Amino acid sequence: MIDEVDVNGLPTRSVSRRTFIKGVIAAGATASTAGTLFRASGGGLFAATALQGTAERLLTLNVNGQQRRVDVLPNETLAMTLRYKLGLTGTKLGCDRAECGACTVLVDGVNHYGCSILTHAVRGRSVTTVEGLQDPETGALSPVQQAVLEGGGFQCAFCAPGFLMSMTALVTSTPSFTRDEAASALSGNLCRCGDYNKILDCAMRAGELARSV
Amino acid sequence: MATIRDMMPAFELFQPATVEDAVALLAEHGREAWALAGGLDSMDWFKDRIKRPRVVIDLGGIPDLTGIQERGEGLDIGAMTSLSAVAADERVRSRFQLLADAASQVATPQIRNQGTLGGNVSQDTRCWYYRSGWPCYRAGGNTCYASAPQAMNREHCILGASRCVAVNPSDTAPALVALDATMDVRNRRGTRTVAAEDYFVGPAIDITRMTALKPGDLLTSIRVPADWAGARFYFEKVRDRGSWDFALVTVAAAFRTAGGRIDQARVVVNGVAAYPVRLHDVERLVTGAPASEETAQAAGDLAVQGARPLKYNGYKLALMRNLVRRAVRSAA
Repeated sequence: MIDEVDVNGLPTRSVSRRTFIKGVIAAGATASTAGTLFRASGGGLFAATALQGTAERLLTLNVNGQQRRVDVLPNETLAMTLRYKLGLTGTKLGCDRAECGACTVLVDGVNHYGCSILTHAVRGRSVTTVEGLQDPETGALSPVQQAVLEGGGFQCAFCAPGFLMSMTALVTSTPSFTRDEAASALSGNLCRCGDYNKILDCAMRAGELARSV
Repeated sequence: MATIRDMMPAFELFQPATVEDAVALLAEHGREAWALAGGLDSMDWFKDRIKRPRVVIDLGGIPDLTGIQERGEGLDIGAMTSLSAVAADERVRSRFQLLADAASQVATPQIRNQGTLGGNVSQDTRCWYYRSGWPCYRAGGNTCYASAPQAMNREHCILGASRCVAVNPSDTAPALVALDATMDVRNRRGTRTVAAEDYFVGPAIDITRMTALKPGDLLTSIRVPADWAGARFYFEKVRDRGSWDFALVTVAAAFRTAGGRIDQARVVVNGVAAYPVRLHDVERLVTGAPASEETAQAAGDLAVQGARPLKYNGYKLALMRNLVRRAVRSAA
């Protein structure tokens, strides 16, 4: 098959739109971090902690079971690192104010708002995003993913990754729960399409699937 | 390409591992330093560029600030203990259900998982004029936009106004005042202990701060004494939304009763002033009184004496009166 060529003579078909955008993001992130001046501290304490590896710019993050080396600014949130530096765009930024829950990720299995936690604060902890829910070996969907697939829980689904992470925190921490408990556990995630009933159906089904594993 | 539309302004980040290091850093950087607990209040300020600290000291890596220790029947709660951990702790639930109730009603699961007890009691007010960066009294300016003739002040105070009419938004603060908790505050010169009732300050005392913390101070521990362990408690938070929201008015109360009589009482209301208001007069009224409907009615009426609503928050009078009544009724 002959690749289509755009006005600049670049192939367009062999690169999907999403992959192309992610490539641009990665290039942009490299350029922007390289261009940002880092104010190093002259303080002795900083030097001492740097020796212990606590305040270095270059971090190794455990994301979805992989060790990822990444250059992180002091004022960078986890959602930004995941999306713009690691290409994990499943994590969405909605409000960026710890209100909507679209950025929800798991840190050591507990759900947090990725927009409101510094990436430096998760050093040494295990981060799970929506990309990390399926079994890395078999590709099998997690009980939560399976339940959402079966139930078609979302309309526009911008909020879905965040909901899936909160559901995952629920089904892994609570063996059995009521619909009210599920609503309470998912209360930190907003769905502007208003699909809450279907989302709760999925949560209950996810609980069943998790128990049957 | 997606734009990073809300990168916080740059700051220097420190992640000390000990309280000593944190206190030394706070002392070194003074007013330019910001102590970061869970960060949920802090990051709003940073993203909105209203507060721009040069130095941020992340307290999350200090093991000594996290966890709950027993002290007899009392509990010492590290300031960095998450609200989820406080709400789920069996000792908190069996002895001080009031605090567990309060902690479990803060915001959302994600916020409770990251937000800390120390941060919850030390958070800033939600007055949106102030939070939007208007140069009001609290921000060091010379006017209050929330009490201006055209101001929207449905969520503001009915008690304790002094130029500023903001309210304290914390759910756990009134519970801690009702439990006679104390706060350990550390700085380079040493540790001082502040009663919870004095930890929260109104604008008449310090118009730019919600707490007794000064630059260089670090809240390290919240101590809940044994006094009220296993007492009868009442906590109710009224908010606009059934799901999650800041409180409009909250009541936290503790009672010791015997033979249908109230022997001891603590009644504290939040959301009505810049600090949780302990109702000493109401406590005196109900102490020794029968736990009856008459007592509840009288307590509610007394609670709102002296309250002065603003243009749009008159409903808070009825709300506060009724919540105090419900609290006293619960002692029956």
